[in-house]
Amino acid sequence: MRYSRQLLLPDLSVQGQLNLSKTSVLIIGCGGLGCPLAQYLAAAGIGRLGLLDYDEVELSNLHRQVLHGEENQGQAKALSAANAVRRLNSTVECIPYHLQLSSENALQLIQQYPAAKSSTYIYNVPTRYLVNDACVLSSKPLVSASALRMEGQLTVYNYRGGPCYRCLYPVPPPPETVTNCSDGGVLGVVPGIMGCFQALEVIKIASGQGSSCGQQLVMFDAQDARFRSIKLRPKQTGCAVCGENPSVTKLVDYESFCGSAATDKCRKLNLLSRDQRITVQDYQSIMDKAEPHLLLDVRPLVEVDICHLPFSLNIPLSSLEERKSEHIQLFQERISQLKQQMAGDCRPPVYVICKLGNDSQKAVQVLEKMSGSEVDSITVKDICGGLMAWAKRIDPTFPQY
Amino acid sequence: MAAPVAIHLEFGGGAELLFNGVKEHHVTLPSQSEPWDMKQLLVWIQRNLLKERPELFVQGDSVRPGILVLINDADWELMGELDYQLQDQDNVVFISTLHGG
Ligand SMILES: [Zn+2]
Repeated sequence: MRYSRQLLLPDLSVQGQLNLSKTSVLIIGCGGLGCPLAQYLAAAGIGRLGLLDYDEVELSNLHRQVLHGEENQGQAKALSAANAVRRLNSTVECIPYHLQLSSENALQLIQQYPAAKSSTYIYNVPTRYLVNDACVLSSKPLVSASALRMEGQLTVYNYRGGPCYRCLYPVPPPPETVTNCSDGGVLGVVPGIMGCFQALEVIKIASGQGSSCGQQLVMFDAQDARFRSIKLRPKQTGCAVCGENPSVTKLVDYESFCGSAATDKCRKLNLLSRDQRITVQDYQSIMDKAEPHLLLDVRPLVEVDICHLPFSLNIPLSSLEERKSEHIQLFQERISQLKQQMAGDCRPPVYVICKLGNDSQKAVQVLEKMSGSEVDSITVKDICGGLMAWAKRIDPTFPQY
Repeated sequence: MAAPVAIHLEFGGGAELLFNGVKEHHVTLPSQSEPWDMKQLLVWIQRNLLKERPELFVQGDSVRPGILVLINDADWELMGELDYQLQDQDNVVFISTLHGG
């Protein structure tokens, strides 16, 4: 009797277990939330699990994506997760989808989960709106959670009169305000806790007990070890997708709606013109020819401690934006040295680098404002794609984090 | 004259990074002729707590998209949003929605 311990619970009972075994759940993203979610749903005896992820397993995933092991590096996450789930419970029907969810495939996929409990973890803004709209249009509840740094959030959208994601956030946030795990960091156990929480709510919905998170936001603060539940607004009559006169009646172009790309890793800003940017190959030849220049690394100190290029000067973007005097002074000193070295040229070149090439563009804009007034005149350029492009194209031994 | 109002402000989900990483603030809004409402509170926060990059916190006379406002553990939409009149000892939370996993 595999499920006897949970069958003894009056809250679940035999009927609840039967309901579970007839339920299909689509898990969007087999990462830090999706792994524990899939694990507990499979262990509890869910009927069918769809496991969707477009990405491959990387070493930097393993601290939180606990279904994948060292030997799975380079494998599709969807396949790796499906194999782990099958080992755990062979009676669960398990379908891996190694693809990216899009306006073209989302509805068709979500409708294949007729028992209607689609549960997801989504790591970027366009996909959040896409999944929300697909769930509203096919009348499925959306058990959604997220985790970043030391915090987690969970809500069940589109469920028993509660709001959908658009009711709560009718307008997408400006792309530059969105931080993801590869930028902001996350302690592995935090998505672990939130993924387990999602599993709990899915099991309650699937077994027939129902979720109490339909009109609630649960916030978890790992630092203070505190959970809080907030009462949310009900479904909004004026909502663009679930309201009385919806303007969104089919899936739209979510990337242009949100002004950012839908893949977590490639969230790229484009703030500068072509002649304000150079490629990592260009920078390599500058280094090879020993052309005088200043390399400015604008990442936070905690990242510079992980890895950095030799000879770079580190001034975090925030210090530039706040015009921290000791940093500006340091910068000016290095410019003066460079000018002496160059004798004659009055605009020494400064190349700005960060992890992925977003913050460096912002830094170029700040430095251009400062050039000729707060510091000597300089020529500032951004190194496209940052240190991760350097690691990929120039120096494979440079750590990718 | 309305008396000064002591309230508890909290920032979370990353919004605290705009306030030097400090999540909790106990503040007293000075007495003024009309009662304090949320609209005036946002202006007060901008002038007194938020020194840098206001565009990451406010847009127009409200908060920027992606920040949820909670008054005494309820969505501010249930409380009248910008028109809500602050009471002594109110708890106001600004939480930025998370996008990670
Ligand atoms: Zn809605």
